[in-house]
Amino acid sequence: MTKKKRSPGTRMTGSEILVQTLVDLGVKKVFGYPGGKVIGLFDVLDRTSEIQEILFRHEQGATHAADGYARATGKPGVVIVTSGPGATNTVTGIANAHMDSIPMIVFTGQVPSAMIGNDAFQEADIIGITRPITKHSYLAQDPGQIGQIVREAYHIAITGRPGPVLIDLPSDITAGKGEYRPNDNIMIRGYNPTYKGHSQQINKAADMLNSAKRPLIYAGGGVNIGMASEELTEIANRGRIPVTTTLLGLGAFPEDNPLSVGMVGMHGTWYANMAMMECDVLMCVGARFDDRVTGRLNHFSPNSKKIHIDIDPSCIAKNVAVDIPIVGHVKEILPDIVKKIKPADTNAWMNQISHWKKEHALFYSKDSAEILPEYVVEKVAELTQHNAIVVTDVGQNQMWAAQYYGFKRPRQILSSGGLGTMGYGLPAALGAAIGCPEETVVCFTGDGGFQMNIQELTTAVQNQIPLKIILLNNGYLGMVRQWQELFFKKRYAMTVLSKGNPDFMKLAEGYGAVGLQASKPSEVEKVIQEGLKVKNAPVVMEFIIKPEENVFPMVPAGASLDEMLESGQ
Amino acid sequence: MRHILSVIFENKFNAIPRISGLFSGRGYNMNSMSFGEGEDPETTRATITSEGDDQIIEQIAKQLNKLVDVIKVTELTYEPFVERELALVKVQSSAATRAEIMQVADIFRAKIIDLSHKTITIEVTGKEDKVNAIIEMLQQFGIREIARTGIVALKREFQK
Repeated sequence: MTKKKRSPGTRMTGSEILVQTLVDLGVKKVFGYPGGKVIGLFDVLDRTSEIQEILFRHEQGATHAADGYARATGKPGVVIVTSGPGATNTVTGIANAHMDSIPMIVFTGQVPSAMIGNDAFQEADIIGITRPITKHSYLAQDPGQIGQIVREAYHIAITGRPGPVLIDLPSDITAGKGEYRPNDNIMIRGYNPTYKGHSQQINKAADMLNSAKRPLIYAGGGVNIGMASEELTEIANRGRIPVTTTLLGLGAFPEDNPLSVGMVGMHGTWYANMAMMECDVLMCVGARFDDRVTGRLNHFSPNSKKIHIDIDPSCIAKNVAVDIPIVGHVKEILPDIVKKIKPADTNAWMNQISHWKKEHALFYSKDSAEILPEYVVEKVAELTQHNAIVVTDVGQNQMWAAQYYGFKRPRQILSSGGLGTMGYGLPAALGAAIGCPEETVVCFTGDGGFQMNIQELTTAVQNQIPLKIILLNNGYLGMVRQWQELFFKKRYAMTVLSKGNPDFMKLAEGYGAVGLQASKPSEVEKVIQEGLKVKNAPVVMEFIIKPEENVFPMVPAGASLDEMLESGQ
Repeated sequence: MRHILSVIFENKFNAIPRISGLFSGRGYNMNSMSFGEGEDPETTRATITSEGDDQIIEQIAKQLNKLVDVIKVTELTYEPFVERELALVKVQSSAATRAEIMQVADIFRAKIIDLSHKTITIEVTGKEDKVNAIIEMLQQFGIREIARTGIVALKREFQK
């Protein structure tokens, strides 16, 4: 922060400076929940026509909504909550955004400066609590600083590897007056993310790809965040290089492109995992060799030379040693690689992959008497032309949606990848719908995750959001039950929900949402068709699915990628 | 093996907890950490000693660099550097042992900075192993209290 000649600014309250700065930055939506220490701030927001503030029913919901908004729109999500419990309720949402590199700014009310540290009413050391899960945080100590802090926070949240930034606001600072100075520069000495890739490294990477017999691109969430899907596709098409994506990378490469091998990892396709194991050059773009992707590390892709492109230097060589690291922004680096990629003959390799695709296609029984979730996902995909924004909860529903929807465009699937947060789906879907009102937003959830933030159904009803909730009800915490079935001798400890589940149709009705239910395969299509027609209200489409349906393929924890189970037998 | 990291960071609220929190949060080993104002009064220099293989130390350096308030991280391990630690050691003493303690201090070129009927406080400066050695030698007299600064280090400029 350097200021030379400071022209006198306009005198305003801290709250006014904060809101005006948000307006200056182009913020349109704020997700929040009020409380004693932010009454004044919401009072100013209420009088500010440029920003719409949306009341959620739990701070966790507001935070996930900001996350969903950010993933769907590419703009940072903004959250405002009160001190103490309001602040601590955002913790899961902040951790979730941090793990998946989602830009977010969280404002928390705080007790007055003089009372901090005295165990005052509704006091929590939220900066301390969130220290390991925020990219950066600020405590406002002077009303005149607030504008600068907000602009710095916004800059830090969206640049480099994006992430959540928290600003703690003691109530005397928001109520007090200071100068609003919109033109002060921001200069952060210690923060200079690398964007441009090292040109020699880029040349070496292109050469390595050009000389490969069995190349593979492994694309992650960084390609979606970095908006580099087109460049990625061009590299693949030009060099005839197959592409697998992580869960967060889905959509970054169209799955209807013949070069797509689908998702990799624990529940990835058989052929993606085998391609990982068999390739001779692996280019990882915007992914971080997560344990759910690599399987057993000492036997991961044993025969490949590895290229790793990432904006975060600390991701490189963290889990897997690579031959060519390139630090920078995908949008800067991929175009440089595109120029150097030569049309290559990878036919033998592509034939091998096509053969695998035929022999080991994703599979589910087509003549089940019970509804199978995979069928529901496929039908939803068909009836939304593979073009909806898909938000998932966490668990089996998430994996089925990831495997069977067929994603075509970037930022099309929003899912809690790193943290695996049950309860993410519904509020994140609302955030996406608020950010992209012209799009169809579908939320795949289960009877477990749905109930973790079910209060946000009210938020959807109040704001007339026509969210399409696909509730895959199997009466279990299905993913944990699947592990119990496979590895714990079918002892279903703590995972049976069916005995206590509410009547979801009455529940939808009670909230003022539309409820539709299918319990037989023949009813599935009709329910989806009807559900998609609903306007101005959320619709809960409940599918009573086969209770013990499992997600396959599956790489058991600690196994190598080529040790997949393809069925429970 | 022992590694030494020298970290310059903005002297701001929350910076020190972020640095130390990294070590506990990510399970990195930390032997000592010392802080003091840097050459620019708006910055602080931390000298951190840690045990680990090169890959872990590289991760630590990268994670430190990632912190917004951190301006520069230098690993001193593989270049010539100078290091010092200061320790104050309060040793039990009586008329009978005083001379012997002062002799030990003298050999280590330590200073006596406080004296009472029952104790002697010694100030010693040097590399970590020297400080360890004098403490070892003083054990026999009974050590009441020790305060150590942890290591501070800088790169050696004159190199052949």
